[in-house]
Amino acid sequence: MSAFEVSGLTASFGGERVLGPLSLSVDKGDKVALVGRSGAGKSTLIRLLYQQVGQQASLVPQDLGLVNALPVFHNVFMGQLDRHSTWYNGWTLIRPFAADQSVVSQLLGELGMAEKLWTPTAALSGGQRQRVAIARAIYRQSDLLLADEPVSALDGPRAHQVMALLRDRFATSVVAMHDVELALAYCTRIIGIQNGMVALDEPSERLVASDIMSLY
Amino acid sequence: MFSYPTVRTSLIFVAIALVSLLFSDIAITSSNPWQDLGNFFLGVVTPNFFSSEGLMTALLRTVAFAFVGVAVGSASGFLLALVYRFLPVRIFCNFIRAIHELFWALIFLQFFGFHPLTGVLAIAIPYAGIFAKVYSEILDEADPEPRNLLPPGTGVISAFLFARIPDCWHQIRTYTAYRLECGLRSSAILGFVGLPTLGFYLEASFSQGLYSDAGAMLILFYVLIATIPIWVRPKLLPIYVLSAPFFLGEGLPIVWGNVARFFTQDIVPAPLRNGEGLAGLGPWLNDLMVNAALPGIWNTVILTQIALVATGILALLAFPLVSNHFGGPIRRTFGHVFLVIARSTPEYVLAYILLQLWGPSMLPAVVALALHNGGIIGHLIGRQTNSIRLRPDAPKGFNRYTWELTPRVYRSFLAFLFYRWEIIMRETAILGILGIYTLGFYVDSAIQNIHFDRALVLILITALLNIGIDTLGRYIRRKLALQTMPTC
Repeated sequence: MSAFEVSGLTASFGGERVLGPLSLSVDKGDKVALVGRSGAGKSTLIRLLYQQVGQQASLVPQDLGLVNALPVFHNVFMGQLDRHSTWYNGWTLIRPFAADQSVVSQLLGELGMAEKLWTPTAALSGGQRQRVAIARAIYRQSDLLLADEPVSALDGPRAHQVMALLRDRFATSVVAMHDVELALAYCTRIIGIQNGMVALDEPSERLVASDIMSLY
Repeated sequence: MFSYPTVRTSLIFVAIALVSLLFSDIAITSSNPWQDLGNFFLGVVTPNFFSSEGLMTALLRTVAFAFVGVAVGSASGFLLALVYRFLPVRIFCNFIRAIHELFWALIFLQFFGFHPLTGVLAIAIPYAGIFAKVYSEILDEADPEPRNLLPPGTGVISAFLFARIPDCWHQIRTYTAYRLECGLRSSAILGFVGLPTLGFYLEASFSQGLYSDAGAMLILFYVLIATIPIWVRPKLLPIYVLSAPFFLGEGLPIVWGNVARFFTQDIVPAPLRNGEGLAGLGPWLNDLMVNAALPGIWNTVILTQIALVATGILALLAFPLVSNHFGGPIRRTFGHVFLVIARSTPEYVLAYILLQLWGPSMLPAVVALALHNGGIIGHLIGRQTNSIRLRPDAPKGFNRYTWELTPRVYRSFLAFLFYRWEIIMRETAILGILGIYTLGFYVDSAIQNIHFDRALVLILITALLNIGIDTLGRYIRRKLALQTMPTC
């Protein structure tokens, strides 16, 4: 069954076409890795997909989109602002409810940063900030994940841990990444982007790292 | 050097000021100006804090009016900022902030009388216009990405509270605190039209020649401003704001009949009120333009242009006083004290004092405007030079000033100066109340002769002139690609 289907996607920058025309069909359960050289159009594609699916997906953009002045808890909580009344949200800003705290705290524990619950986001390292954006995406509890280099600032074991978590928490995902080994390990389908076009689209079990390297 | 647009613009403004000087009335008319000035300084160094309990009351009222006025202005300004993108709101805000606090006070005095509401609204209304503009600029600069990432269906208010306010909160707080300092100055000068704040006390002391009392008031005022970081704390702020309304004093009760009469009779142009119909409006307006508005505009513009250039010269001379690139710590400390005094004293107070000492002419106004505004710009530019790193073998002394530093800060100097152009004009107009023939003089005379219809037209003209200068200043800043943060 199809999770989403797009066709004729294009994007131009300064009058020059940087992406497409490109068509893509993603089935429910697909774990897609978008690979390709930087500048190939992966980020643009993720953005366009987010707009195409009507923002129903959990998005982890490359610049993370965190509110630096708020602590980690509130940044994660923002993933569920639509589920509560304005009063509930407003009160949470002043004094968070215990139930929400324990859920967010547990989620952060799985990402290895439970102790940072009340740290202002501005005071975190790059890898920690990345995990806060991931926690927010997971907390939103949508079926579809769109992520742009979500583990680029994480070290080896941590990157594996986070990728496994993302694989388990989202039914369907499209993740742009440059680490070929991670892509093969945690995704079921590899789409290679070259010069704004699909240059490769295969199930990952049929590929080895060297097949993908030709894109770079 | 003449090929630089900034240099050419500066020279054009200097030339305009020199031509204006030919038409201006610059003189010292009092018989013993230096002796008076000496007596005054003697008063400042021998302050008398205990002459009457009036001083402490005036200080308390000044703080109370500032807090209530700025709080009301900031709350209304914030609401206006949310709809600032609509053109009618922008025009409305531009208009209310183009009218000086003292003009607002003069208007409200006519129908609310000496009720505390007069002072509160006189501060709150123009401040609301300024807050609306600056808050909306701050809110526009918030990072849009967190908003884009919110789940669809998030309420507008929730989105605003989480994704916009926290990002701007620090800037909003800094700017509001800064405005509170401006509010204290505004509140102090409201005393000059009769409200129970420091200006009233100063005028009373001066008229009796009690220079030591006036000196004590000035010193207390500087201490009040300089210690703001100590006594204005986020935790104490709610206490101040909630208790301030109780310290405004009783004033006199509002006579509602006056309010009704003001709007239905007083401000209706005389020919219409007397049943002459529209035909009488032409000669009435003609008389108003020829005998009040045009001379007022002419003198206001002349004085503004002279004061603008004087401000610039003073700022350029003053910034080395606080720059780390010159002098030792002792000289810099004196420089700081001088600039703090210059910029903390409202133009109006400076002009009032100098006018008492030197007699009526444009000179006290020019010196007052240059000292206050030059003090502010000099301080800002001087601070900016502290972040400049010079090469180790850079020239010293005068060559360092002319070759290394001035060229580097000249653009931001001009940006601040053109930003303050409109502020200088607003102040120039208001100084007319002290007896210099700018627009404020004609407004004040119209009010004294109970011609409120004429006064209101003149205030409208003043507002339009300010908006015009503001637009021109903005155009020049854009043309020269100068950027600046708001100062008051």
